Amino acid sequence: MKSLLKMTWMETKLFFREPIGAFFTLGFPLMLLFIFGGIFGNEPSEYFKGYGSVDVSIPAYTAMIIATTGLTGLAITMSAYREVGVLRRLQTTPVHPLYVLFAQVIVLFAMTTLGMILLIVAARLIYQMRFDGNVLSVLGGFTLSSFSFFAIGLVLAGLMPTARTAQVVSMALLYPMLFLCGAGYPLELLPESIHRINKFLPLTYVVKLLRGLWVGESWALHAGEALVLAGILVVGVLVSLKTFRWE
Amino acid sequence: MGVRVIIVENGKTLVSKPNRVIAVVELRKVYGETIAVDGISFDVEEFEIFGIVGPNGAGKTTTIECVEGLRKPDSGRINVLGLDPQHDGRQLRAQTGMQLQQSHLPDRMKVWESLDLYSSFYPKKTDWEELLSQLGLEEKRNSPFGKLSGGQKQRLFIALALLSQPKLIFLDELTTGLDPQARHAIWDLVRDVRAKGTTVVMTTHFMEEAERLCDRVAILDHGKIVAMDTPEALIHDLGAEIQVVFNIDAALPPDFAAALPADARIEIQGGRVIIHGSDADEPLVAIVVNQLARQKIRFRDLRTEQPNLEDVFLKLTGRQLRE
Repeated sequence: MKSLLKMTWMETKLFFREPIGAFFTLGFPLMLLFIFGGIFGNEPSEYFKGYGSVDVSIPAYTAMIIATTGLTGLAITMSAYREVGVLRRLQTTPVHPLYVLFAQVIVLFAMTTLGMILLIVAARLIYQMRFDGNVLSVLGGFTLSSFSFFAIGLVLAGLMPTARTAQVVSMALLYPMLFLCGAGYPLELLPESIHRINKFLPLTYVVKLLRGLWVGESWALHAGEALVLAGILVVGVLVSLKTFRWE
Repeated sequence: MGVRVIIVENGKTLVSKPNRVIAVVELRKVYGETIAVDGISFDVEEFEIFGIVGPNGAGKTTTIECVEGLRKPDSGRINVLGLDPQHDGRQLRAQTGMQLQQSHLPDRMKVWESLDLYSSFYPKKTDWEELLSQLGLEEKRNSPFGKLSGGQKQRLFIALALLSQPKLIFLDELTTGLDPQARHAIWDLVRDVRAKGTTVVMTTHFMEEAERLCDRVAILDHGKIVAMDTPEALIHDLGAEIQVVFNIDAALPPDFAAALPADARIEIQGGRVIIHGSDADEPLVAIVVNQLARQKIRFRDLRTEQPNLEDVFLKLTGRQLRE
């Protein structure tokens, strides 16, 4: 337990020493908020059923952070640790390298949460964001979505031979999803053709679930999305149990 | 073959009893079609520095990794400190230290952080501050791992391997890629570690390193042990000739050879004379110097060349280039 705490603290420090990861998790979503908040403001709009542009963006940007930490954070770090022998070095100690994976997940989940909190605070203070959801319900959806993306990241980390390939593949998956799934650009403004594609992309389900819970819709209304995400989580963990290599 | 090591601790002299810490019997490991280790057996005794030497691809790392429990042998028996590395791996790793040929820390992790983190993995508490100064890393305590030189990284890996206060440490190709200063500093460290009562098992492909550091070496080639003994005994058994070399200004008198033993041979390269022979009855160098003095021949730069472990190694493993 002490080892896990020490390792988690170490991974936290390493997270902040790697400015790119910290920027995309904590800084970039705020930047988007200020840019689009500045352009569109947060006036109620008929496009968004009476909500403003900022109101609907916060859960969507939260989905963006989830996808970023899951796909890039976990996949790239774990591939790099395997490639250069960090995991192998741990195997020579009484502590299993699984600990470093746990520590990574704890740190990334904490940073994803921090990213969401920063967004909420900024949106509330500057744009008087409305929130009609249930806090616990939103946290539940947030946790399910995060772990479902960690599972995807873990599958990638298992399949990618090097950190470089992990980086390229993660980016290639992440960026199209950010725009096709309604995370960086509202779902309501996407044409029908994109909606036909994005139902095959997991981030769409995160955006729909979080946006629904955010405005107080019930889990029953979003059972489909929740099931898809739970399915990804289970399958991802099972697949990575088979494919993940420590060396 | 028992190696006695004398350890002086707090003014008391302790002489070790040969106590077996590693026993390997008929170890075999195959990767696909390649036989990496082909049925080797050896013992390591307490307080030895035991070297596994051999050309690249001879099976050194596979052997050491099977003994550490990091790889599963296809057959054979291994006992380390009374434990089976495959079944009691965790317990074994808690009381041994390992430095791996290919391992790394995150580049942005600082030296002190790595020691602090890794020391939390072991049940025994070690004062890593003391290790830091013992290994000469005090000035580097706040440096990130990625900014360390090769020698500093290896010293840090030795420090990490010593955190468990191990009875036994494994060092795999410790000095590969280091410059001579760093290499000699590491050798001194390994001697210190042994002097404090830790058994050392190491692999190397530098014969000079094995000859200077190891009490016993096993020479591994194509997955088999081709020779195993003290470096001195291996060199002696080679029966290779020694050479006495000197420079003279004038020509060597024709009757010089008469004083030399029958098996000696004289080779002349310009002003340099090389006498090949053996130390059969009397040291060859003594005979040569006596004769030079008796015949009043002025000579310069006289030295002898002894065969070394590299000669043994090349004789046993051949000289052809291999990858």
